[in-house]
Amino acid sequence: MVNLIIDGQHVQAEEGWTILETARYYGIDTIPTLCYREGLTTDSSCRLCVVEIISRGRSRLSASCSYPVQEGIEVRTNSRRVRQARKIIIELLLASCPNSKTLQCLASQYGIKELRFKVEDRGCILCGLCVRMCKEQMQAGAIGFFNRGVDRRVAMPFHVRSDVCRECGACLYICPVCELQCRGPREPGDLCNGCFEAIRIDPFPSRD
Amino acid sequence: MKGSLSSPKDLNEYRKSIQSTKKKFEKVISVCGGTGCHAQNCVQVREEISRELDERLLSDKVMVKFTGCHGFCEMGPLVVIHPAGILYVKVSPSDAQRIIESSVVGDSVIDELLYKDVATGKNFEKEQDVPFYSKQKRLLLAMNGMIDPQNIEDYIAQEGYSALVKALFEMSPEEIIKEVEIAGLRGRGGAGFPTANKWKACRRARARDNIKYILCNADEGDPGAYMDRSLLEGNPHAVIEGMIIGAYAIGATEGFVYVRHEYPLAVENLLKALEQARQLGLLGDNILGSGFSFDIKVSVGGGAFVCGESTALMASIEGRIGEPRVKHIHTAEKGLYNRPTNLNNVETWANVPIIIREGAEAYARIGTEKSRGTKIFSLVGKVRNTGLVEVPMGITLREIIFDIGGGMANGKAFKAVQTGGPSGGCIPESMLDTPVDFERLTEVGSMMGSGGMIVMDESTCMVDIARYFVDFLCEESCGKCVPCREGLKQMRFILDDIVSGRATGKQLELLKELAEVVRDTSLCGLGQTAPNPVLSTIKYFEDEYHEHIEEKRCRAGVCRDLIEYQIDADKCTGCLRCKAQCPVGAVLGEKEKPHHIDLSKCEKCGICYEVCEFGAVLRK
Ligand SMILES: Cc1cc2nc3c(=O)[nH]c(=O)nc-3n(C[C@H](O)[C@H](O)[C@H](O)COP(=O)(O)O)c2cc1C
Ligand code: SF4
Ligand code: SF4
Ligand code: FES
Repeated sequence: MVNLIIDGQHVQAEEGWTILETARYYGIDTIPTLCYREGLTTDSSCRLCVVEIISRGRSRLSASCSYPVQEGIEVRTNSRRVRQARKIIIELLLASCPNSKTLQCLASQYGIKELRFKVEDRGCILCGLCVRMCKEQMQAGAIGFFNRGVDRRVAMPFHVRSDVCRECGACLYICPVCELQCRGPREPGDLCNGCFEAIRIDPFPSRD
Repeated sequence: MKGSLSSPKDLNEYRKSIQSTKKKFEKVISVCGGTGCHAQNCVQVREEISRELDERLLSDKVMVKFTGCHGFCEMGPLVVIHPAGILYVKVSPSDAQRIIESSVVGDSVIDELLYKDVATGKNFEKEQDVPFYSKQKRLLLAMNGMIDPQNIEDYIAQEGYSALVKALFEMSPEEIIKEVEIAGLRGRGGAGFPTANKWKACRRARARDNIKYILCNADEGDPGAYMDRSLLEGNPHAVIEGMIIGAYAIGATEGFVYVRHEYPLAVENLLKALEQARQLGLLGDNILGSGFSFDIKVSVGGGAFVCGESTALMASIEGRIGEPRVKHIHTAEKGLYNRPTNLNNVETWANVPIIIREGAEAYARIGTEKSRGTKIFSLVGKVRNTGLVEVPMGITLREIIFDIGGGMANGKAFKAVQTGGPSGGCIPESMLDTPVDFERLTEVGSMMGSGGMIVMDESTCMVDIARYFVDFLCEESCGKCVPCREGLKQMRFILDDIVSGRATGKQLELLKELAEVVRDTSLCGLGQTAPNPVLSTIKYFEDEYHEHIEEKRCRAGVCRDLIEYQIDADKCTGCLRCKAQCPVGAVLGEKEKPHHIDLSKCEKCGICYEVCEFGAVLRK
């Protein structure tokens, strides 16, 4: 067993567990995730699940969905530094997918009042859930990533529907963007801030 | 060439026989065949020299060597005549005859072909006395000037492969690792990770099927850098010897050199070198009869910058897309094909034979406490002597730029030096006494990187330069993780706004905030270091950012949207020169009457500013 501290709580984890798994096992639900899904391989590409890891007197941010627990480390899942980083990541994602309900909800949870980045709606956050779902759960592999860098896209090879696609719809089901869109914002780039403002709860109270 | 050598004794005898054959030559003419000199027609220089020697029936007394890069690329083509060590610079094919006449047949020197120091007007006869070379410590690069990279005999004659013999027959793997540890060798590929620790971890790792790999990183994606290229092109056996020693220390069975496809000569020389080493029994089964077997393959990559990252490089060798992945499980345990793997940079490998041959203590005497040995830099930009320089760690940036580099070109004032490649930081004048040392360069907001060094003068706009590097990195990002892919793109938008005078003070704050998050949360080293150029220029040159934002002014006169060209009617003589050269016809005026510029047509190319002989064109 590995001993570590998460948000001030002494916890034990099995060798090989990730910080995310361990936190969730102990009911600590202050780590949001986007590209992580149980049952699919871990990509660690959205970086939303970053937490502060303090070890040997040094603090750094790392993605909790892939970081394996280590003896004696201290983890802060919701410190000021962590929230600050997540805010920027949510803002970056919203700039590329302003109508996603998942992202709008995250924005309200993190108290983001203004979208400061240039908006370019691409309708996809490139989380790769659909790609992994199709390949790993549906055993089809009909879609994949194409191009590099800012031009990265999810597509079918040669842009034609491939024979292996059975139109099962699993990709649509898992996509955090293709879902019912957020109804709040009127103009692209507007923020909804609806539900959470109204009921006035702070879902992730600060722990530092 | 000889057949297979089956013992150290065989190798020794072979070396002696090569050395005694070489003694028959009275003089050796070394013609630099490096990248820089190639662009200056060195091939023809060599041909003319050989032809001249043939005509004078001197071919069996004087040897001509076509070598790898000597480093002083600014002055190429370079010709050095041994044993005297006379250096001729900027040699043209037509100089061949007089060189042979005076310095090969005779013993005099040709003054016009010597290197002349611009500042003092002094001529230098010998290579080792030229200031460019005298302050260097050419542990690795010296051999480039002595050997023909396509001929293994040259390398063997220079005591090549003697470190391998020492390692295989006199040392245990643990002793080798210990030696590398005492030498204090740290990775030259960027991060400066202690090489011995890496080797230990890989040696310790359990291989499920007894296969372990070692890799050599020759991706060298930094634009303008050619350290690794010059080593592979000019002295491939040093890298090969280092890799065999490393393989023996780690217990690896197979090696790969990952080279970018833009380096065809490096690939060619490397393949030739591997083939020759194999023929001599220095590579392959039962090396020199030691019982140790190891071979090296060459993998040619597409040359993407991100493919230099260790996990992306391994993915690329396996034939997958060159994308980094999280490596909480170290590649020392699960790397290439999920087997224990050790990756080192070209220059790191080339240091290994030197450490084993000369001994760790001697090696560790060079450098600073935590950074030992030498480092090769490719010195480029607005400095007088551009080229490849190898310096002892601990030398200051000032010494590199002003002594070795000869100071600023064109007499302009120094502004900044960028070290560490596209994601390095820009270091200002006030920090020029920073020594070359992994920690110290990081402290000042830059990094050692793999050895790019770009010198900038007052005509460089620091905001524009930050934008340039962000743009490069944006194009090179693999696009997998959000902070790097989206963050760099937004940084580029903000910088575009700043250089065109559209930005607000708030955007500068946002840029800083964003840059820090990209640095802290990106998945791989590319994103983690990409904000360096932005953060370091904001740290040291924040004034310039404010000038662009608040005063809509670019002091270097680089940012087109913020400058205007005008003609000073008092100075203008009406010579028509700028009028004739303006590509869009924006200059108006008649002969001998003051001209003026039609700002609605002007495209701000600056040609008028450059061509005016009377300083009448003003840039505002
Ligand atoms: C984006 C990126 C590009 C890199 N490019 C190179 C490269 O071109 N050459 C190189 O040797 N190392 C490069 N590295 C560093 C390698 O990942 C690795 O650390 C190095 O090759 C290890 O060798 P060393 O320990 O001998 O330095 C790069 C790293 C990153 C993150
Ligand atoms: S389509 Fe949806 S699931 Fe697929 S990568 Fe884009 S956002 Fe993710
Ligand atoms: S930091 Fe950049 S290059 Fe590295 S994985 Fe993320 S997107 Fe790819
Ligand atoms: S959930 Fe961990 S990086 Fe996306």
